Amino acid sequence: MADQLGAQEVVLRLDGITKRFGALTANDAVSFSLHRGEVVALLGENGAGKTTLMNILFGHYTADEGTVELFGQPLPPGNPRAALAAGVGMVHQHFTLADNLSVLENILLGTRPLWSFGFDRASARARIVQLARDFGLSVVPEHRVGNLSVGERQRVEILKALYRDARILILDEPTAVLTPQETDALFVTLRKMVAKGLSVVFISHKLHEVMAISSRVVVLRHGKLAGEVATGQTDRHKLAELMVGSEVKSPELRASTPGPALLTLSQISTPDHGNAPGLKAANLALHAGQITGLAGVSGNGQAALADLIAGLERPVSGDMALHGEAPAHWSPRAAMDAGIARIPEDRHKTGTIADFTLTENAILESYSQAPFSRRGWMNWRAARDFAEQVITRYDVRCPGPDTRIRLLSGGNMQKLILGRAMEPGPKVILANQPVRGLDIGAISFVHGQLLAARDRGAAILLMSEDLDEVMALSDVIQVIYEGRLSPPFSRGSMTAAQLGQWMAGGGFDGDAHAA
Amino acid sequence: MMEILDILLSASFWAAVIRIASPLIFATMGELICERAGVLNLGIEGIMVAGAFAGWMTVYSGGGLWTGVIVAMMAGMLFGLVHATLTVPFGLSQHVVGLGVTLLATSATYFAYRLALPRVNTPPRIEAFQPLPIPYLSDIPIIGHALFSQTPLTYLAFVLVAVVSVVLYRTPLGLALRAAGENPSAVAAQGLSVTGIRMGAVIVGSGLMAVGGAFLTMSAFNSFFFEMVNGRGWICIALVVFGAWMPGKALLGAVLFGVFDALQIRLQQTTLGADVPYQVFLMMPFLLSILALVVMSRRASVPAALMVPFNKGER
Repeated sequence: MADQLGAQEVVLRLDGITKRFGALTANDAVSFSLHRGEVVALLGENGAGKTTLMNILFGHYTADEGTVELFGQPLPPGNPRAALAAGVGMVHQHFTLADNLSVLENILLGTRPLWSFGFDRASARARIVQLARDFGLSVVPEHRVGNLSVGERQRVEILKALYRDARILILDEPTAVLTPQETDALFVTLRKMVAKGLSVVFISHKLHEVMAISSRVVVLRHGKLAGEVATGQTDRHKLAELMVGSEVKSPELRASTPGPALLTLSQISTPDHGNAPGLKAANLALHAGQITGLAGVSGNGQAALADLIAGLERPVSGDMALHGEAPAHWSPRAAMDAGIARIPEDRHKTGTIADFTLTENAILESYSQAPFSRRGWMNWRAARDFAEQVITRYDVRCPGPDTRIRLLSGGNMQKLILGRAMEPGPKVILANQPVRGLDIGAISFVHGQLLAARDRGAAILLMSEDLDEVMALSDVIQVIYEGRLSPPFSRGSMTAAQLGQWMAGGGFDGDAHAA
Repeated sequence: MMEILDILLSASFWAAVIRIASPLIFATMGELICERAGVLNLGIEGIMVAGAFAGWMTVYSGGGLWTGVIVAMMAGMLFGLVHATLTVPFGLSQHVVGLGVTLLATSATYFAYRLALPRVNTPPRIEAFQPLPIPYLSDIPIIGHALFSQTPLTYLAFVLVAVVSVVLYRTPLGLALRAAGENPSAVAAQGLSVTGIRMGAVIVGSGLMAVGGAFLTMSAFNSFFFEMVNGRGWICIALVVFGAWMPGKALLGAVLFGVFDALQIRLQQTTLGADVPYQVFLMMPFLLSILALVVMSRRASVPAALMVPFNKGER
């Protein structure tokens, strides 16, 4: 493997690392090495074991088997202090910063023995400013971390590592929270670090970023090492294959045969909530056997529309019809009873209850109905059977239905939500950002399920901030702008640029309903 | 109205204010340290009772005054150890453990009192701390008498506020402690022990609470009787919030409470006191404290990880 780099110094060597969480094997005999002055990308789907592997290296977890060697020295397991002292810095996916402290204080935390007196703040500050300048990480040491943007916080995390003279930097999904411009700036920083002889492990599931920044790619699949290739000798397609284990198929699109309108909104308005606009005289018709895509810049009333359809919001004016009739009383319960399935935007906040088991989460919406409860008594056997059915049919990778859902990766959590929504055979599906933060394998699975539901005759509203996704899946596209909805455009009738104009508000002026 | 003005201008009033505030300052600093590290310590009320008894009993049995203060502190630290063990490594509910520690410490103290003095109806008095006027400074009108003719324990309370401020804001230990209460994973990521920091904070904080209790028996009432702490611990919990978890502001809160309390005693003796039932005056400091709390704490930022147990390795 990578013989051309053999001459260079090996700074990190992982050998046969195995880690089990209960019945789940997160890492299965994984080995790889990192050389001086290179970026190695650790690529894999959500739940492939990338983060676990790095947490073992950093001493947050103890490996069940295998050894870690840093600069030729064995690393004692389960001791973050040893890893830090040996020159490993880690930027976690969830930042480890204290909001009530300043940037300076966050960087200084832990750099001096607890029982020493005071800090030389002036020289510490000067050093931080110098490091920030050297590596292109602009921060103001006096600012409170609680007031910083996500990109700035990440820069503080990187500075924290550099301040401790890290020789190896581990970045766990660093771009997941960044804008494209911030990502570019991060890459500039990483290249500077490599040029100065530092080594970087870049954990990601985004192929184009891996191609852009790494010199070598290590691919993990289901906790096992699936392959190791030099970035120059591969391409995105081959990497995707290694990652998922089979060739990735784009969803097959057949023309739809739309049926009757199952849900119609006419001239609907809802109240504004602070900065979030409500709907303004919106017209929408969701037809059976058709995917309606909603395009728009986030914060333009998508939340209002999703809340309305989910029953969380009631219209102040306008008419709403379900299966041709106006609902008598509009509530989340009424929406569910009418056969509206919901895939919520934020699976952690509104989609699941973290400390509930998979079984409990699977019946969150239907617990009060047969067969899960009868005459006020829960039937846990039926609930468990349902959860097992969802786990099998929707390929939810987990130790079992009694696992707490917080232990699952985002993709597997989303598959459970999808299964919960799809199993009863819903008439109307509200899919709000259904693939946000998911890897390729999970994305194509979710898309495949939505298309299958469409072909079965369900009416689907697909809300996404990713215009490519909307254009790829939708039979009809409507654009939302400041709570107003554009008329429906059929597939292929608009280019991305034309839709972009509508998303920026063009076309809405004057008579918004003449298309 | 003139009567209130007379009260506010008298030196003895302000001396009383500081005297009333002193035990609150000790206990509030103790609670503040615990909460800054992320642990709500509701054992405060009982720990104050235990401290009051331990200090007084030591002196009554022939120990020195400062030995009494140290014994009181050790007693508090012992209950702090119980609290910390249950809430930090075991991660049990801080509310339940705290109330449990209060009940345990209170009952154990009364039990110990009855064991030590089985047949006493009037608790014996001890030779307590005497006022120690500071030369020259105590001659300043009003302020001099209020601030510089107090007992050594009162001076210690004010020194403590300065020490706590310096440690919290100027030392690596204080930085780690504040981080442990805000985002413990930030502390763990630096290889520091969240458990160690939090347990240490609770133990030391509990020791200070006990000294606050000991002030009552060794510097104010010179005797120990049941119910003497009388809710002061709960007041300190509120003072920490009032002070927005900052030592200086919490000190201000303690003095403000002292003003209310000293004022109500004196108002009972005015012409107003003849018409209004005395219970209304007793209620006043608490009502005003609630009001002050509402006004002051609306913008306060709670330590983000307060009452959140930290489990290493949890996803």
